[in-house]
Amino acid sequence: MIQELCVVLGHRPAGENIFTLGFTSPAIARMTRAGQFLNIKVGGGADPLLRRPFSVYHTDGAVVEIVFNVIGRGTAALCRKQPGETIDVLGPLGVPFGIETPDFETGVLVAGGLGVAPMPLATRALRASGKQVVTFLGAHNAGSIVAAHLLNVRLSTDDGSSGFHGTVVDLARQSLARREFRRPKIFACGPTAMLRAVARLAEELEIACEVSLEGPMACGFGICQGCPVELAGGGYALMCKDGPVFDIRRIIL
Amino acid sequence: MTIVRSSFTLGGVVFKNRVLVASGTFGYGDECADLVDVSRIGGLITKSLSLNPRDGNPPRRIAGTASGMLNSIGLANIGARRFIAEKLPYLSRVETAVVANIAAGTVEEYCEVLSLLEQHEGVDGYEINVSCPNVREGGLSFGTSCPATADITRRLRALTRKPLIIKLTPNVTHISEIARAAEAEGADALSVMNTVIGMAVDVKTRKPVLSTVTGGLSGPAVKPIALAKVFEVVRAVKIPVIGIGGICTPTDALEFLITGASAVQVGTQNFIDPAAAVTIAEGISKFCDEQGIRDVGELVGTLDAKTGVSVLESWL
Repeated sequence: MIQELCVVLGHRPAGENIFTLGFTSPAIARMTRAGQFLNIKVGGGADPLLRRPFSVYHTDGAVVEIVFNVIGRGTAALCRKQPGETIDVLGPLGVPFGIETPDFETGVLVAGGLGVAPMPLATRALRASGKQVVTFLGAHNAGSIVAAHLLNVRLSTDDGSSGFHGTVVDLARQSLARREFRRPKIFACGPTAMLRAVARLAEELEIACEVSLEGPMACGFGICQGCPVELAGGGYALMCKDGPVFDIRRIIL
Repeated sequence: MTIVRSSFTLGGVVFKNRVLVASGTFGYGDECADLVDVSRIGGLITKSLSLNPRDGNPPRRIAGTASGMLNSIGLANIGARRFIAEKLPYLSRVETAVVANIAAGTVEEYCEVLSLLEQHEGVDGYEINVSCPNVREGGLSFGTSCPATADITRRLRALTRKPLIIKLTPNVTHISEIARAAEAEGADALSVMNTVIGMAVDVKTRKPVLSTVTGGLSGPAVKPIALAKVFEVVRAVKIPVIGIGGICTPTDALEFLITGASAVQVGTQNFIDPAAAVTIAEGISKFCDEQGIRDVGELVGTLDAKTGVSVLESWL
């Protein structure tokens, strides 16, 4: 974990109201493992006061990229950042996906909306570990699909404008129920309702499953205690420090 | 740059400088060691400790507000015994003063936690949280009552010779009355202030944002309130006051010192910049050097509130 003032390289539109933002940090690019995140102070002032958490979307050499929807003051300010301006980045933070474990052969990535954010690095890590990769990617519509840096993508949209008409979990269910993949393990990220459906699917089909959670947090590394996740065994874990990746059986969504 | 003296002594304990980190905003210290040289912080105040571990409140616990943060953590902590076993070994090696913050549901529990900590090396003093707005039992119910504050202070004073600091809530009619009650029973210092009770609403769901409906507001939004509370308390008591509330910059801290705080604590800003206390302490020294002040203590309580307003500060 380091705190670094990083130079913004620029944004690229990646879909409707979706942007990627690239900045330079050789150290963060080198240290980050798939599923980890960054806590970014967008501006120097008191408003917005708190950092904003983003998955590391992609790294290439010294360049780190995040992907985001413009949904609030933090992301709006991020969108106004010009090349050469700086952002204060804390990271990499949190527990990465359990990718190097020998208990599976096919990584089944299930992403809803901007839950795609940690998947490019997951794809790369899975390939580096010699695993197979299949990606189920769900979006509202054809315009909000962000499919770069992914492998074996199977699409679903809520409105049917591209790929399977329905939820990404229903799409994944078809293949997983048919036992299409050798020794699968699910890695999922997306809205809570989607993750609950993934949890039911994984339980039903007895497939190992890790989910990456998103939620409000302040510090990002465990000191504020602001991001509790309910544990199946009682009590709370912290999303930032004990997650954001959890074995689905450990938590209650 | 000449050397500006920044240390101060409280109840026999030397603090390296006058900028401490506030309870609940710096964990138990070890979590931040990657990002800041903890030995350069004036003093480290731990997360509130209760006798037994506390899970804390259900989500959602935090919200961002205009220049501020609402929290309702609910005193989540590992409990005094695990603190002694797992955190004290690190804290006793840290080269700065360590103050254990204690929060409890009963007077007996406050006493028991303090007595447990007294048996071990590594804790230099105590800050007593009688002002947490986010738990039903204890906390605030003590800090809003003069007799209850007096009783806790008296009972704890009898158990320790180390510095005893009472952390006060702003959520009262007259904070100076509570301050006097603590002073009269032997408190060494007062921390002013804990968070201000606040609330946020999600207009789409028409639900409160926080699971406990109300929470504690902190950050730059509360700094003017905190300054006014410090101003009220320093005129009411003779013991030192430690100013807390929205301090993010050296200038913020200087305002508190000039108003009469003998030291300050940095809280919410640690979440944004874990090295903030060090940066602020350095900024204070630089200011003093530029002003020809050789000891930061010379600034304390130098507020000139009698002879009109500042003409130097630019409105624009």
